[in-house]
Amino acid sequence: MQLIQQILFIIISGISIYLFARKVGEIRRNIMLGRKEDLTDNPGQRWKNMALLALGQKKMFKRPVPAILHLFVYAGFIIINIEILEIILDGMSGQHRMFAPVLGGLYAILIGCFEILAVLVLLGCAIFLARRNLLKTPRLVQAELDGWPKNDANLILIMEIVLMTLFLSMNTADLVLQERGVEHYTQTDTFWITGMFTGLFSGLSNEALVGIERGGWWLHIVGVFIFMNYLPYSKHFHIIVSFPNAWYMRLKKQGEMKNMKEIQNEVLYMMEPDKAPTDATPAEQQRFGAKDVMDLSWKNLMDAYACTECGRCTAVCPANITGKKLSPRKIMMNTRDRLEEVGANINKNKEYVDDGKTLVHDYISVEELRACTTCQACVEACPVSIDPLNIIYQLRRSLIMEESNSPEEWNLMFGNIENNMAPWKFSPDERDKWAEEMS
Amino acid sequence: MAEYAANGEMPEVLFWVGCAGSFDQRAQRITKAFAQILDKVGVKFAILGKEEMCTGDPARRAGNEFLFQMMAYNNIQTLNGYGIKKIVTACPHCFNIIGNEYPVLGGNYEVIHHTTFLQQIINDGRIRLKEGGVFKGKKITYHDSCYLGRGNNIYEAPREVLQALDVELVEMKRCRTNGMCCGAGGAQMFKEEEKGKTRVNYERSEEALDTGATIIAANCPFCTTMLTDGVKNKEKEDDVKVLDIAEMVAQSLAE
Repeated sequence: MQLIQQILFIIISGISIYLFARKVGEIRRNIMLGRKEDLTDNPGQRWKNMALLALGQKKMFKRPVPAILHLFVYAGFIIINIEILEIILDGMSGQHRMFAPVLGGLYAILIGCFEILAVLVLLGCAIFLARRNLLKTPRLVQAELDGWPKNDANLILIMEIVLMTLFLSMNTADLVLQERGVEHYTQTDTFWITGMFTGLFSGLSNEALVGIERGGWWLHIVGVFIFMNYLPYSKHFHIIVSFPNAWYMRLKKQGEMKNMKEIQNEVLYMMEPDKAPTDATPAEQQRFGAKDVMDLSWKNLMDAYACTECGRCTAVCPANITGKKLSPRKIMMNTRDRLEEVGANINKNKEYVDDGKTLVHDYISVEELRACTTCQACVEACPVSIDPLNIIYQLRRSLIMEESNSPEEWNLMFGNIENNMAPWKFSPDERDKWAEEMS
Repeated sequence: MAEYAANGEMPEVLFWVGCAGSFDQRAQRITKAFAQILDKVGVKFAILGKEEMCTGDPARRAGNEFLFQMMAYNNIQTLNGYGIKKIVTACPHCFNIIGNEYPVLGGNYEVIHHTTFLQQIINDGRIRLKEGGVFKGKKITYHDSCYLGRGNNIYEAPREVLQALDVELVEMKRCRTNGMCCGAGGAQMFKEEEKGKTRVNYERSEEALDTGATIIAANCPFCTTMLTDGVKNKEKEDDVKVLDIAEMVAQSLAE
């Protein structure tokens, strides 16, 4: 019986790790569909950003209440994973609580700490569920979350609650079995939290308790494997991607917009033809700006996978606050959805076959893009260094330069800049009229 | 600037006026106020005059990179031609684009926003302010412009200038990194807003009015216009004024 459990465990672990690695590889391939952008300068600053923003969650604390609850879940998740290590080793070796004899008295303290964290995770998740479904925190119930995104969020929270409950009931049953000196159940000191609840299980038979303990153990570890494989399909993937995303964030001032070298050169060769390269091999045809996800930088695409749809960006967006259609969060969700669609297209056809769809128009409307004031509040607000504005800029460039899709007022403004060197229809001769009026 | 160059002289700083500051009637008052301060404290400055052109900011933010590159090329030619080293401007959009986006195109200058410049010359003692000036003790709120604040992390210099005027500074709920846009950026100034439940400038102006301040201090000609319109919308224009920090300093200069 023990041997079957061991073999089964190893098979399940192998399959779930394989599936997870395959999906992650797919996501990596999707991200690499983006244009090249070098973001490796100043590694010192980058490590610091990763430590402060991802590990330290610095920006989360702009909103203290969710930050503290999130910290419970986050710390719980990371630290309780040490326990997973023991569970995996036990599972493969057929032993039970193999760290207990090694760590001695420290073992129960360690498990006690995990249990306290487990309770905090339970508490955090319960409050998060309430915020989403009962209190209806505005940014968590906006229209773009209808359907799958809302279910995704609830599902993750429920999964965490189930996992923690299994972990705690497993320990409680274990303690009762230890008290009764049942074979195979290694003696430890009592655990801080579950030690208080052994009374609940004291009426049960040994067989029932072994059932609860083994059931809890199995469901817990299988649950963890399911959770791991669910991650790459979920917004919850942020727990992994936010780390590299913080490392690779742009280090320039937020106000700076990325230059387009190809257009800079075009203007230069027009103004100074002698500087134009004579052996001009036509550069590979590249779109101006971005019409679809492949035209974006790989960092924009990684941003999309780092987004956990918290909506801090949308909550501070002046366009969204005043009722316009633009929502920076939706820009990120759309980018990921379209990229996943392109990825599925590649899986099916070996390479991308034009499906007649693009990120602009089919996912993000012109009206949304037009409403942006480029105020950078969304960039500032994002706890995991996502830059929705960067995507908006590139999509706008495509609209103007590829499609000549521009409101009439902007065409007038462009014309004025070109002809009068100012966005309004004034004569350039009057530019210093104010100075004459002063003297 | 042409006159300085003809005499083989170099001004201490080039005042980049910007399109709003040059042509917009409201913004011209800010330009004049700032020029008046520079004159008063004896800063040798020049303007490009008719040689100045739009930096290309609204074109670039709207997505017209080509037009931006043309404007940037011409401006950099002019600035480099005169050997300009230091630029001061009263517009955060010009400040951001010349300071952050021209260098990669070959335009390298020390660019200072006028509020930082004012703070420096106040700290250096070059500006003498009236004792008990017109703004002493007045309840004033300060609006962070996006391109000075979030864009370039300048939050304190403008506030220090206001402190020097002995005002009672009351902050809006959304200030500094959380400051809310006036609604003009990203070339919105030049078109009608998208459909929504209110206008961005109305929303922001109401927040400013809620502080009970009698003056809303700004650092950007576009914010000034947007907020003035927002105050008018609430019919408070007789009680609450929107002023650029340069105008406030100009009114507080000692004789």
